Amino acid sequence: MAQETIDESRQCLMLGVGGEIFAIDAERVREILDPAPVTEVPGARDFVRGLINVRGKVVPMADLRPRFGMEVAEATPDTRFVVIEVDLDGEPTVVGIVADKVYEVAELPLSSLGAAPRIGMRWRPELVKFIGRWQDDFIVVPDIERIFN
Amino acid sequence: MNDAEKAFREEADDLLEQLEQSLLDLEKTPTDKELIDCAFRALHTLKGSGAMFGYERVSAFVHNFETAFDQVRKGRAPPSHELVAVALQAKDHVRVQIEAPDAADEDHGRRILDELRRVVEASLATPTAPAGAASIDATLREPAGGETARVTWRLRFSFHESVLVNGTNPLLLFDELRALGDFDLNACGDAVPALDAIDPTLCYLSFEATLVTDQPRSAIEDVFIFVIDEMRLEIERVDEEASPRIEEPSAATADAPATVTRRSAESDGRGAGSVRVQAEKVDELMDRVGELVIAQARLTQLAETASLDIKSIAEEIERLAANLRDVTMGIRMVPIGTLFGRYRRLVHDLSSELGKPVDLVMSGEETELDKTMIERLADPLVHLIRNALDHGLEDAAGRAAAGKAATGRIRLVASHSGAEVLITVADDGRGLDVARIRAKAIANGLIAEDAVMSDAEIHQLIFHAGFSTAQSVTKLSGRGVGMDVVKRTIESLRGAIDIASRPGAGSEVTLRLPLTLAIIEGLLVRVGGARYVIPLSSVEECVELSAAGDNGSAGRSFLNIRGDLVPFLRLREFLSAKTPPDPHQKVVVVSFGEQRVGLVVDQIIGSHQTVIKSLSKLHADVPCFSGATILGDGAVALIFDIPHLVDRGQAHDEERKAREREAA
Repeated sequence: MAQETIDESRQCLMLGVGGEIFAIDAERVREILDPAPVTEVPGARDFVRGLINVRGKVVPMADLRPRFGMEVAEATPDTRFVVIEVDLDGEPTVVGIVADKVYEVAELPLSSLGAAPRIGMRWRPELVKFIGRWQDDFIVVPDIERIFN
Repeated sequence: MNDAEKAFREEADDLLEQLEQSLLDLEKTPTDKELIDCAFRALHTLKGSGAMFGYERVSAFVHNFETAFDQVRKGRAPPSHELVAVALQAKDHVRVQIEAPDAADEDHGRRILDELRRVVEASLATPTAPAGAASIDATLREPAGGETARVTWRLRFSFHESVLVNGTNPLLLFDELRALGDFDLNACGDAVPALDAIDPTLCYLSFEATLVTDQPRSAIEDVFIFVIDEMRLEIERVDEEASPRIEEPSAATADAPATVTRRSAESDGRGAGSVRVQAEKVDELMDRVGELVIAQARLTQLAETASLDIKSIAEEIERLAANLRDVTMGIRMVPIGTLFGRYRRLVHDLSSELGKPVDLVMSGEETELDKTMIERLADPLVHLIRNALDHGLEDAAGRAAAGKAATGRIRLVASHSGAEVLITVADDGRGLDVARIRAKAIANGLIAEDAVMSDAEIHQLIFHAGFSTAQSVTKLSGRGVGMDVVKRTIESLRGAIDIASRPGAGSEVTLRLPLTLAIIEGLLVRVGGARYVIPLSSVEECVELSAAGDNGSAGRSFLNIRGDLVPFLRLREFLSAKTPPDPHQKVVVVSFGEQRVGLVVDQIIGSHQTVIKSLSKLHADVPCFSGATILGDGAVALIFDIPHLVDRGQAHDEERKAREREAA
């Protein structure tokens, strides 16, 4: 059993979001785009403020930063839009999220991940699936479904 | 499920549909031989393909069904109400057998078959039964007198080459002919190619035969009934002593056209030249065309500053794209009759279950509507029809007391009205009981006891979730689910529901729906830095704000349009636009229902072919927009949902006024 756990690992895309590093399951990542004009949706919740055009499809643009109580900074030359697939009430939906920087796809051994600590965290614990380590940094594995549902 | 099985299911679906429609029609016109044949053919084909695709139980069941029904075809048993009812049950059983073989209860199937046999045999005993069918039959037969005598027939026939591939076995046909009398067959191999060119799956032979029989000509034709589309058949009567061609030339020539017309009639019925396409492929095509229209709009924009050559090409592409769009939308349009047909059965069953005789009158079946829309309308219409039958129509005693005909009437009508399709479900029952709805709404806490409401407003209450006025909950309706779901579905299709009701005279529910879900004509406007689309169908006119009198600062938000006061909504405030306003604000006057409202915008850009993309669930909480579209420059623009926008706008206005009052 222990052996298996060590062998199992996950391919994740590493993103810089508001000074933290978020790891997103690479399987759900559709594509990474240069920033494009975002059309604001008046009256929408602050973390899904806009819409973008992804090759003829209208895709909601999400910003994880307000959801995690982070400062929303201006775009930099490193800013990217990461298009991911999210399960919304059983319906697969394509959503774009803003990343301050996209690092790389990395193999994260499951053993390096641990449950989010109940205390000592600035974020709402239910939005974080795991806390882990990658290179010398702490990383956050967000619970994407929870964030959007 | 593999492809062949899928194909079988699709075919079976059509056949069962055809069977059901024929049976229901037969109930009205029991003597129509064409209908009986149509039902019989459906059964026969179902049996054959069922066996071919390994649905043994279906095939066996249909075989017995067919055997019983054969008595009807032969005019021995009339298609009575009782018989149609059992046959419909049998049909339902076949559907279960095909769609959910594990759920099919074979005992139930046997009971249906026994019942079917019993009904058929009971009517066999009635000698007067076949009068109608027989008289029609007789006209198709040979002149009287030839009926009992043995007559010699000469048959010449050949099958289409691929007849074997389609599962026909000519040998079985020969056996059937042999059973009719003395049968002598000669095969003609003229058309057989050289040995190395023979395809063993094709039938090259043609046949000549003589048949001496006391059976009428129609008996011979019946043998070929299922292959007649795929063959050439000549039947001649031969007098034994004389040469047939001189003796009876008129019979032969008169027969030839008869066969031809029949053949063409049948192929028409099958929808000659139509192709089955998966629905997803059509959706995909529509998406691509949508993208093409967007790209083309972009090209047109660029071409404005380009050379004349490029301009003319851009115009040509614009024209082609518009054509392609229209054609594609045409593919998606389906006559609503396909949907209405399903309700005949529903009404038939409900009517017997509730013991309320009902006439279902349909009109406008040819009205075309987007296919997705038709699918999504199926359930709401079921609810409305059930309601009409269950709640709307009185029972027999009630109708008699009200001095109405015993048979209730339900009308199902579709029609075009501008860019909308209207679908009406009307009954001639008791009408909505305003007092009872009111009492119920008060009991449920939906309205205050002393609320002052018009009848129309009270009617709208039935769309509230959990609202049902039926005093007794029946199996069919009255559980309080339904009308709210209907309303939600219709609204999600960008439609609306109107109710009209007169006490004692019946009620009428009208669904107003847009023609298509995919593309609309829109008016592109700019508010602040963002662009929005207003559906052109709701735009009445555009005026300058200053010209009509900008009195907003004076505490009034009304325009004076040719003497009418029209309230207006400042979209800049509502949408929190941050850029400075344009000096010359414009007003787009929109109308919906009875209301007219002005929308104040910074700039009117122009009309725009709007390919509607729905918003994701993440924006389900933003009701002011019905969707989004992609503009020529690739940017996304939101499409206003006018009724919701105005609702919100008014609430917003009131909040603002309240705030102003507080501040003061």
